[in-house]
Amino acid sequence: MSASKGHVTGVNGNMVNVAFDGQVIKNEVGYIQVGETRLKSEIIRITDGVASLQVYEMTGGIKVGDSVEFTGELLSVELGPGLLTQVFDGLQNPLPELAEKCGFFLERGVYIDPLPDKEWDFTPTMKAGDTVRSGDSFGTVPEGLFTHRIMVPFTLQGEWKIKSIADKGMHRSHETVCVITNDRGEEKNLSMIITQPVKVAIGGYEERVLPDEPMVTRIRVIDTFLPVAKGGTYCTPGPFGAGKTVLQHLTSKNADVDIVIIAACGERAGEVVEILKEFPELTDPRTGRSLMERTIIICNTSSMPVAAREASVYTAVTMAEYYRNMGLDVLLLADSTSRWAQAMREMSGRLEEIPGDEAFPAYLESRIAGFYERAGKVRLRDGSYGSVTIGGSVSPAGGNFEEPVTQATLKVVGAFHGLSRERSDARKYPAIDSLDSWSKYRGIIDKDKVETAFSFVRRGNEVNSMMKVVGEEGTSINDYIVYQKGEFVDAVYLQQNSFDPVDSMVTVERQKLSFSVLYDILLSDFVFTDKKDVRSFFNELRQRFLDWNSTADGDEKFEERKNAVISFYQGRRK
Amino acid sequence: MQKVYTKIDSIVGNVITVRAEGVRNQDLAEITTSQGKGYANVIKLEGDKVSLQVFQGGQGVSTGDSVRFLGVPMRVSFTDDLLGRVFDGAGKPRDNGPELTENMIEIGGPSVNPARRLVPNKMIRTGIPMIDVFNTLVESQKLPIFSVSGEPYNELLARIAMQSDVDIIVLGGMGLKYDDYLFFRSSLEKSGAMSRTIMFIHTASDPTVECTLVPDLALAVAERFALGGKRVLVLLTDMTNFCDAEKEMAITMDQVPSNRGYPGDLYSTLASRYEKAVDFEGAGSVTILGVTTMPGDDVTHPVPDNTGYITEGQYYLRNGRIEPFGSLSRLKQNVNKDTRSDHRALMDAMIKLYAAYKDSLEKRSMGFLMSDWDEKLLKYGALFEEKLMDLSVNIPLEKALDEGWVILAECFEPNETGLRTDLIETYWPKEL
Repeated sequence: MSASKGHVTGVNGNMVNVAFDGQVIKNEVGYIQVGETRLKSEIIRITDGVASLQVYEMTGGIKVGDSVEFTGELLSVELGPGLLTQVFDGLQNPLPELAEKCGFFLERGVYIDPLPDKEWDFTPTMKAGDTVRSGDSFGTVPEGLFTHRIMVPFTLQGEWKIKSIADKGMHRSHETVCVITNDRGEEKNLSMIITQPVKVAIGGYEERVLPDEPMVTRIRVIDTFLPVAKGGTYCTPGPFGAGKTVLQHLTSKNADVDIVIIAACGERAGEVVEILKEFPELTDPRTGRSLMERTIIICNTSSMPVAAREASVYTAVTMAEYYRNMGLDVLLLADSTSRWAQAMREMSGRLEEIPGDEAFPAYLESRIAGFYERAGKVRLRDGSYGSVTIGGSVSPAGGNFEEPVTQATLKVVGAFHGLSRERSDARKYPAIDSLDSWSKYRGIIDKDKVETAFSFVRRGNEVNSMMKVVGEEGTSINDYIVYQKGEFVDAVYLQQNSFDPVDSMVTVERQKLSFSVLYDILLSDFVFTDKKDVRSFFNELRQRFLDWNSTADGDEKFEERKNAVISFYQGRRK
Repeated sequence: MQKVYTKIDSIVGNVITVRAEGVRNQDLAEITTSQGKGYANVIKLEGDKVSLQVFQGGQGVSTGDSVRFLGVPMRVSFTDDLLGRVFDGAGKPRDNGPELTENMIEIGGPSVNPARRLVPNKMIRTGIPMIDVFNTLVESQKLPIFSVSGEPYNELLARIAMQSDVDIIVLGGMGLKYDDYLFFRSSLEKSGAMSRTIMFIHTASDPTVECTLVPDLALAVAERFALGGKRVLVLLTDMTNFCDAEKEMAITMDQVPSNRGYPGDLYSTLASRYEKAVDFEGAGSVTILGVTTMPGDDVTHPVPDNTGYITEGQYYLRNGRIEPFGSLSRLKQNVNKDTRSDHRALMDAMIKLYAAYKDSLEKRSMGFLMSDWDEKLLKYGALFEEKLMDLSVNIPLEKALDEGWVILAECFEPNETGLRTDLIETYWPKEL
C-alpha cells in the first residue's frame, strides 16, 4: 500500500489533528516531522477528512503545516529471538541502548531497532514443499534457557507453501531464512523476526482451554486461600503504601512460570531501577540461572509520555502471547492498570468525548475486559500447552474500591487480592485482606478444607467486632476460642515474614504440611480453664509455630521444632 | 519571525486567541497591554487560531493589544548569578536585581532514562532528629510533607533549607502569603544560607498562570546544577496551591473534570514534576521536598492521594511536630544501615516505646490508675517530645542518637527497652 502524507492543522496537548491526502487507516502509525526529529504517533479518530493522532512524545514545537508521513501499518512490535533480558519503553525502544546514544535523558524522536541483528543457531523443522499457515513454526533457535520457535507471521492469511528454507547453522535474525508462496503466486521472505500489531491478539493455536493448573507464587495466602491459575487473571487493588509493588516484585521472582514480563506502567521510575539492578544478581531457584534470563521489562514510568503508557500494556501482552505460542507459561505483571486507564481518560478528554463515571471514557470497561481476556491457556497445534497469566495492580483513588477502574477490573478477573491500609499499617505482610478477597480458581489444597479453615478467620473476625462492643467479659469462652483460632490462622499462615529467607517463600510441599497441622489444630477441642488460659495457650502455640515457619526443610532443627508444635497442642486436647 | 499581531479574537479567563501562522506549540509570546509588557505561551493550535495563556491573567487585556511571538518556548536563565536571587513565577526578578538573560534553558525538559538512574544510597543530613534518625531523607528522594493549614510547615522548610548539608537550595513558592515569603527571605538571609539559595516565588496575589510555572522553573534550574555536580535540594510549598491553579486553568479551558473538579491528568502533571528527583551517575543529584496541605486533614483528597502514589513516603506534620506514626521514608533502609550500628535498633525501640507512651496517655486521660511502668513511659514520652521531636532541635545524627540513649537511660532499666545486649553494652550511658 502506498503510504499517505498529510500536514498538521491543530495541536491540543498530546493530540494533533492532521489533514491528509490519499487514504489512512484507523490506528495506523504516522510520523510528524518537527525540524530534524520525527515524532511517532497513532491515528485514533478520523472525522470529516481530518485524522486525530495521539503523539507518543512531547508535543512542544509542533506547528500548523508540519508535514506528516503515514506508514500504512498499525502500531506494532517486533517479535523474535533476543527479546528476553531486554528493557524496553512502551513502544519497544530499548532503554539501555537509548541511554548509550542519548545520555541521561530520553530524547524525543529517537527510535532504535528493538532486536539487534545477532546471529542465532537456526534449526529448520520443516522442509521445502511443506504447507504452512500463520503461527506455524518452521524452525527453532536456542534462546537462553528456551527453544525459541520461529513462526510464520500471525497476520498472514490463507495457506502457503515453503519454497525454500535455510539450512541448519548460524543466521542473522534479520536475514531471510524461509521463502513461502501461495497459489496466487505471491511470494514472501520470512526472517526470524515477526512484526505484530499490538492491539490484535495473537492467534495461531488450536483452542483455548480452561485454566486448571495452579500458578504457585510461594505466598501462602495466595496459593492456599486465593489461588491463581496458569492462564488466569487476577488483580491487586490497594491504596498507596499497601505494598502492591512489593507483592508484584516477589511474585515476579518466585512464580513457577517460564517467563515473566513486567509492565511498569505509569509508576515510579525508582521501582524499575530496583528490578534492573537486582534481577541480574538474583538466581532463579528453578533453573539456577540469573532471573533476568527469563524476564522482559516494559517500562513506561509516570513521567514518560502518556500516550506511550497506553500502548505499553499492549506491547507487553503481545510479547506474552508470542512466547505462549512456544508452549511456555508466561506471567504478565502490569503495575498499574489504573495509570493505563488514566492515559485513556486523558486522551478521551482531548477528543472531547462524552465522559462517563469520574470522567473515564464510556469504553473503559470494554477496554479493560479486552486486555484481561488476552490471558488464557491454549492448546497449540503440536498438542503442547502454553499460557498467559495476567496480574494487574490497581491504584484506586483514595483507596476506595468503588471507583470505576477497580469495579471494571473485578468484573473480568478470576481472582481478587484486595490490599488494605489497616493491615499494612499494622505491618502485616502480605496486606491482602482475605475477608474481602476471592478467587475462582482451584488451589493446591482441597477446597473443602480450605473453606473450613477460612470459616475460622471469618467467624473470628465476627467475634472480634462483637467483642469491641460487649468487651472480653461479655464473650462466651467458645466464641473466644473461635476468635483466638481465627487470629492464629492469620498470624501463622496468612502472614509471612518477608525478611525471613525461609518464611518469605514457601514451597507447595511445605504449605501442604503446615496446612495439615494448622487444620488439625483448628478442628481440635482443647481443655481450657478460662480465657486467660486460652490466650496464653495460643500465644505459646503461635510462638512455636512461627519458630517452625522460619526453619528450613533441611535444617537439623526442623523435626524438633515441628514436634514442639505438635506435642504442645496434642497434649492439651480433650 | 517577529511579526506583531494586534487583533485578539477572544479573551476567556486567562486564555486569549489570536489568528497567526507559523506558530509552534508551547512557544512564548510577548503581550503588550495598557499595564505594560507580559508573557503568554501557546497551549493550543487550531488552523490559524492560536490559543495562549497569559501569565499575568486576562484582566485588563484589550482586543487591540499587541502579541509578538518570540519563536522560543518558555525559558529560564541558568548561570551562577542565580544564587542568592529571587524571581517570580514568570522568571522575572522580584528583588530589584538585574534581569538575567544569559544561557537560557528550556523548562519542563524530557524525563531521565530509567536505565541511567542509580539506586539512591546517600543520606541528606538535616539536623532534625525526627528526619535524620527516624525517617532519613535520601539524596534523589521525593517526599511531601502532609500537613494542614496553620501548621508550621514553612518554618520547617526554612529550617531544612538552613541546616541541610546540600550545595544548593531551590525554593519554589506557590500561592505563598506575602508574609511567608518575607519570612523565608529574612530567615535565609539571617542564617547566611541565602548565598546558596535560589527562590522562585509566586505569592497568593500573583496571577494564577505563574503559579503553575514555578515547579518547572525551579526544577529546570535544579536539574542543570545537578548535572554540573551539585547536590540540590528543591523545596516546593505548597503543591496543593499548584494543583488548585492547574484545576482553575483546566476548568477555564472547558476540560472535563475527573475528581472534585481536578483535571484527569493530575497524576501525570504531578509525576512529571516529582520524577525530576534523580541521582546522576558521576554528577550531582536533585532531591525534592514538597508541602502538600490536606484540605480538611483528609488524606484521600485527590491532591495528597495522587501525591502519595508518586512520592517515596511522606512526613506528617501535626501539632507542630513530625509524627513518628504514619511518616515514612521509603528509602531510609538504603542508608540507615551504614550510619552507626545502633541506628536502626534504636529507631525501632524508641518508636515502640513512644507508641506505648501514647497508650499510657490514653489510659490516663480515661482516669485509669497509673502503674510504675506507665509513669516511666510518661516521663519518657515527655522527654522524647522535648529533646527530639521539637522542631527547634538542631543536632547532628550522632548527637541525636546519643541523646536517645540518654533519654532511655533516664527513664528505663536496660532490659526494659528491648534492645540487643551488645548495643546496650556499647552505647548505654555509664553515668548520667
